[in-house]
Formats: sequence, structure tokens, C-alpha cells
Amino acid sequence: MKKAKSFWLFIILAVFVYGLIQFLLTSEVLNPYYQNMFIVMAINIMLAVSLHLVIGITGQFSIGHAGFLAVGAYVSAIFTMKLGLPFPIALLAGGVVAALAGLIVGIPSLRLKGDYLAIATLGFAEIIRIVFLNIEYVGGAAGLQVSHLTTWTSTFIMLVLTILIVVNFTNSRHGRACIAIRENEIAADAMGINTTYYKVIAFAIGSLLAGIAGGLYSHNFYIIQPTNFGFLKSFDILIIVVLGGLGSLSGSVIAAILLTVISTFLQDYPETRMIIYSLVLVFVMIFRPKGLMGTREITEFFGLGKWKSSKGGN
Amino acid sequence: MAGQSLLQIKNAGIQFGGLKAVSGFNMEINQGELIGLIGPNGAGKTTSFNLLTGVYVPTEGDISFNGERLNGLAPYQVTRKGISRTFQNIRLFNELSVLDNVKVAYHSLAKHSIISSILRLPSHFAGEKEMEEKSLEFLKIFQLDRFKDEKAKNLPYGQQRRLEIARALAAGPKLLLLDEPAAGMNPQETHELMELIAFIRNQFNLTILLIEHDMQLVMGICERIYVLDHGQQIANGTPEEIRNNPKVIEAYLGEEVHSDHA
Amino acid sequence: MEWLQQIINGISLGSIYALIALGYTMVYGIIKLINFAHGDVFMVGAFVGFYAITGFGLGFFPALILSMVICAIFGVLIERIAYKPLRNATRIAALITAIGMSLLIEYGVIYVRGAQPEAYPNVLPNTTINVFGAQISSQSLFILGISVALMIILQFIVHKTKIGKAMRAVSHDMDAARLMGINVDNTISATFAIGSGLAGAAGVIFGVYYTKIEPLMGVIPGLKAFVAAVLGGIGIIPGAMVGGLLLGVIESIVSAAGFSLWRDAAAFVILILILIFRPSGIFGKNTREKV
Repeated sequence: MKKAKSFWLFIILAVFVYGLIQFLLTSEVLNPYYQNMFIVMAINIMLAVSLHLVIGITGQFSIGHAGFLAVGAYVSAIFTMKLGLPFPIALLAGGVVAALAGLIVGIPSLRLKGDYLAIATLGFAEIIRIVFLNIEYVGGAAGLQVSHLTTWTSTFIMLVLTILIVVNFTNSRHGRACIAIRENEIAADAMGINTTYYKVIAFAIGSLLAGIAGGLYSHNFYIIQPTNFGFLKSFDILIIVVLGGLGSLSGSVIAAILLTVISTFLQDYPETRMIIYSLVLVFVMIFRPKGLMGTREITEFFGLGKWKSSKGGN
Repeated sequence: MAGQSLLQIKNAGIQFGGLKAVSGFNMEINQGELIGLIGPNGAGKTTSFNLLTGVYVPTEGDISFNGERLNGLAPYQVTRKGISRTFQNIRLFNELSVLDNVKVAYHSLAKHSIISSILRLPSHFAGEKEMEEKSLEFLKIFQLDRFKDEKAKNLPYGQQRRLEIARALAAGPKLLLLDEPAAGMNPQETHELMELIAFIRNQFNLTILLIEHDMQLVMGICERIYVLDHGQQIANGTPEEIRNNPKVIEAYLGEEVHSDHA
Repeated sequence: MEWLQQIINGISLGSIYALIALGYTMVYGIIKLINFAHGDVFMVGAFVGFYAITGFGLGFFPALILSMVICAIFGVLIERIAYKPLRNATRIAALITAIGMSLLIEYGVIYVRGAQPEAYPNVLPNTTINVFGAQISSQSLFILGISVALMIILQFIVHKTKIGKAMRAVSHDMDAARLMGINVDNTISATFAIGSGLAGAAGVIFGVYYTKIEPLMGVIPGLKAFVAAVLGGIGIIPGAMVGGLLLGVIESIVSAAGFSLWRDAAAFVILILILIFRPSGIFGKNTREKV
């Protein structure tokens, strides 16, 4: 019952956040420029939360998340621009194809561990990017024109859904199986958990959500190009998850908010932004390797421990 | 009370590169028995556990359990057939709570799907509730329920060993493999552990195979003992027979007998 | 004869990969870290060479040696500042730090001197030699010669000198080496110094051969050199050499076959195939986790 209660608390909080931002935007306390910041922020949270499921929960170190973002971005853009289908269907299609890409990448590479897996995912992401670069149908290097269809409301709805899916998955026998794999794969296997299955599932769900975020991402631009999805983009997402704390969903959310605000203000100084990012990354690893939140969830600080959270990595 | 044959290992062995870690390993365990597996360091005891549980695939021989062949099954499949284990160096899910550690083992006995969990369908709640109740029962038996919300890594050493056994039991085994369960325990804890093993064996109608260095423990509770040395089985029999077997004395007990008399 | 020419080009490119890959493989062999910043040391080496030639009017060899020395010091600094505090951390923490260092060097250089590329001065004479109808530039042979010479020196250091012995001992078993009285910290620093020096040399050679350098030039060759190291068997020095040359030749063949846009993908496809089917590489041995 407690769990149901915290579910409704989350919904109330979400409605409140949405209402507040909507009010600030419509009453022009914040100028329309910030609308875009909030959209970018929500997309970054989605990306971070989806990667959190793979790295933070399942402990599989993927550094090629931008590849699945790219698949979602391109596929959804093809659906709206080339096939003339409605935006929601395009988002869904982008997610589904990204999930399939996740299966194709995950099934062979998740047999690898640690830094080998990291490098393999990086390699796959680069291959995905090069494939788009070489397809004339989507404009090759010149890119694909996309209508601006992403709205603050649609992004926020997708964000809430993403968080619900990840939290509900995490707080179930399936999520526990994933955490068990992170904690000790050999013991998880010995306890009857099909570790390959759960690694691939977590990877596919993470890719699905990244793909949906990709649809929102591409329709927030007027043009998408393969260079938007290089490994710098993957590292951007990785930085959020690591800074937030491996294993902490609320940490990912907070870090995504923080870093989006920082990079919005540093938009005109991209080198400074990257220097700050890289220094943050190095200092966090040396002095606070568990990230901002460590393994904990923000709910634990308010005694709401029971919408329980996914304890974190090592 | 020994029932029908549960586990048969015939001539099993494994080779790493050119090295034969275990070869010609034979064992037959009947329903309800408590068997000890002993041998000097490096004799291949843990390797034979790994063969049995699918961590290693045997390069020779056959392993059958309950009439089914186990060769080539993955560890999780072996566990689902009814063999579960503990580890020599404790392998708990450190960041998970004590209760969640047990729930993980109960995982494959619950049936609610991923979709039902994401959509929070009634089957999810029913399944999770059952897991929670069953897991609490196991914790109570092992007197770990007062630690249920503690992270596993924060438990004292002896309790961690107990939790590992509780977790192995929650996976619903017919055959339980214990890899040096008393390692690092003091005599008092070892004594409690012996009682606990005897208790769970009766309670759950279990068959148990245990690796142990503590001779007193092995001789005290096991009905039959297998002895390994240099990857070869050199003897098997009742504790009395093992105690008097010259090969065993030479390979393993020899030193201890000497030091006892010294 | 087009093919022969492509293969020679591939070998020249491959020898650059091999020089970078050596640093990756030595560092991985000794502390099990994928030093992502290594490709950026290569970039720094190219720039040091560039400024040495254009600013101080040095010739090719003095510039090469200066670049190697500065990169060696730079590599040791990176190791002491960023990696040493993480020696007992998880490998993933170390990997993230390495990614951070890589970005820091790239954008630090952009911050200091801007992102614009530079044209490398032409310090080597370049004549074309006709071999069986293939047009082979003397530069590519020269580059190959220098790379091979450096690799021979490296082999000598690793196998015949005290520090080389220490490096091999530490990579085999760090704790045992420490107990035997080897100064592990200094040995690791020496490894970084040698690896980074080679990357610096590769940077200058790359500049002379391809004539264009820029602050992000280290990223792709760095990744590919890593692929080369994995291909040969990471941690194994001859493996890095063979892997580098092989990768260079494969890339040239892919280009020559008319798939030049797919050239970059080839390296990653090879990487994934190797990781999946033979993660220990061509020369490696399989290891398994102890249960």
C-alpha cells in the first residue's frame, strides 16, 4: 500500500512541476528561450535515466548510448518527414527500432565484461553513426530536415512515462535480478537468474527509452546530422549518470538538471563547457567516485524509503 | 532413511589447457544423505563443485541429477533443476538488503512478467507479496529477520555465511552444496552451524554435499565422505572407514595425525 | 599496381597506428587501464613538433626527439595527477577518469590556441620511387623506417634493460613485484613515459605525412590504435605492432575497393568481431575468472 501511496506522490509531484513550469512560461516570467531549455533538460533526463538502467542498475558499462539516440532520432524523422505519419506514432516507432538495435548490439556484446564491453558499445555506436552517414535516403553527411514538432508538453509526458517504466521495472523481481547481476554476476547465475537474458532486457529497455528520447531530440531541431550523435554525445549522457551516482535514479535526474542548466549558460563558450565537464568527471572520480547521490535515492532523505530504490554500484 | 539415487557423477573431469584439474571423479548421492567432500588444498574440491553447478563444462564424463543429464547446462539452469550452492569466498549481493538477497534467490519461483511489473498489474503485486512472505520465512529460520533491511555487506561475517545458506535454500534446491560453510568461524559459531545444517536438512527434506576443512564438523555430521587428492578421488566411505583408510591418512590426515601425536 | 601502392600506404598508416597502439598496450598490460587520453598525447606530440619546426626552426629529427621528450613528461604527469590516486579504484572509475582526461586535453588545447587546423611544414624531401610500376613516396618508406627503428629500440628496452624487466614483472604481478623490491610507482611512470614518447613520435610522423593537424586529430587514430592493440592481443607488445600494421592495411584495402566512406567503420567492425570471437586477440591467451 505504501508503494501505491508513493506512486501517487510522484504523479502529484509531476503534475506540480509541469504546472509550475507551464505557468512560468505562459506568464512570461521566463522568456520562451527557456522553454527550449526545459525540453532539452527533459530529454537529457530521459537519456540519463535510460542509461542508468543499463549502467547503474544492471552494471553493464555501455558508453555508446548515442547510437540508440541516433536510431530513434532518424527513424522517427523518417516516419514524420518521409512517410507523413503522426508524431506519436513516429516516437513509438523510433523507440521500437532503437530497442531492436539494442537487441542486435546487446546479444553479442553483453557477453563481454567491464572495459571490453565499454569499447564494444562505443564501436557499435560509431558503426551506427557511419551507417547513417552513408545512407543517401536520410541525407548522408548533409543531414535530414525535420519539422519542429516537439513540445514541452509531449516531452514532459514522455519523461514521466520513462521514469515510471524504469522505477517500476527496478522495483520488481526483474529489477532485483538486474541489481544482483551488478553486485555479483556469478552468484546471480548460481541463484537461478538467467543473467544474459536480463542484461539484454535491460539493454533493450534502455535503448527503447533512448530511442523515444531520440524522436523528441530530432524534432526539437530543424535538421539532424550524423555528427550530432558521435561519441561526445555518448560521453555527455555518461557524465550525467556518473555524476549523479551509479545506481541512483534521482541522482541521474538531478545531475541532468544541473548539467543542462550549466551548459545552457555556457552555450556560447563550448570549450569552457567541455573543460568544466571533463574536470568535473575527473574530480568526481578521484574525490567522490560514488557521484552526487552515491547509491541512494532522494526519497530516502525524506523517509519515503519505500518507493524503493535501487541501491548503487561499487 | 537413504532414498533413491539423486545424483550420479561418472568419471567426470576437466582439463585446463594441459592441466587435469579433476579427473575420473565418481560420486553417487542418494536422496536425503549428508555427504562430505574433503581433501588437501588444491585437491580439486571447489573445481568439482563448479563442474556440478555448470560453472565449468566437464571435458569428460557424465553428471546426472534426478535422471537428467546436467553436462553443458548453464549455472542458472542447474539451479532451476534443483541444485544450489554457497561459495567458499562469500558472494552476497552486497548493496542489496538482507531480505532482497533472499528474494533474488526466490526469483525463478515467482512467475509475474516484466510487462506486469512495469504496468503494475495485479499479478505483479501478488507475485511480489508471495516473494516477500517466503523470503521472510527463510530469514526467520536463520534468525536473520531482525537484519532484513540491513545491507548484506554490513552484516557480521558469521551472519553473512548464514545469509548465504538462507539464500541458497530460497532457490528451492533438492541438493544443497556448501563450500566450506564453517570457514573463518569460531568453535561456537561452527557448533551452531552444525545444528543449523542438521535442522534445515530435516525441515526441507534436503540432500546436502559439503566441502569442509574442519574435520570435526565433517566427521561429526556426514554419513559418508568422499576424499579427493590431486584431482583424483582416492577414497569414499563412512567417517569411520575414512578415518582408518591408509591412503587418506597418507594424503591428507597424515600430517594431522602426526601433529596430534606430537 | 594500384594495389601495391595502397598496401604500402596502408603499411605507413599502420606503422603510425602501431606506434600509438604500443602505448595503449603497455599501459593496459601494466595497470589494466584503457588510457583514453593516449590519443590526445599523440595530438600534443604533433603540435609540439609543429611549433618546434615552425617556431624554433628545428629539423625533423630534433623536433621528433623534442616531441618525444615532452610527451613522455606529459604522459607521466597525467599518470601521477589523474590515474595514480585511482590505483585501487574500480576499473570503470579509472576508465571514466581517462575519458575525462582525454576531453580535458582536447578542449584545453582548443581553449589555449583555438580549434583551427595547422598545415605541417614540409621538412622531409619527398621523391617518388617507381617500384614495379607502383608510385611509392620516399616519405612513406622513411616513416616506415623510423617506426620500425623505434619498435626495435622498444623491444631492446623491454627485454634487455633493468627497467624493461621491472615493467614485465609489474605487469605480471604487481604485488609480487613490489615484494621483490621493485619500485612499482616508478615502473608505472616509466611505462607511461615510454608509451607517451612513442605517441609523440607518431604525432610528428603523422603531421609530416598527412600535413594537417588539429586539436581533435587524436580521437580517431587513438581509437583505431586501441582497436589495433586489441586486435594483436592487448598487453602484448608485438601484438600491438602486428595489429597496427594489419589494421592500416585493411583500411587501405577497404578504401581502395571503393568504400572509402566505410573505412572508419571497418576498424570498429574488426574490433567487435575480435572482442566477440577472440577477445584475447591474435597473440593472447584466454583467461577466466576464478570462482
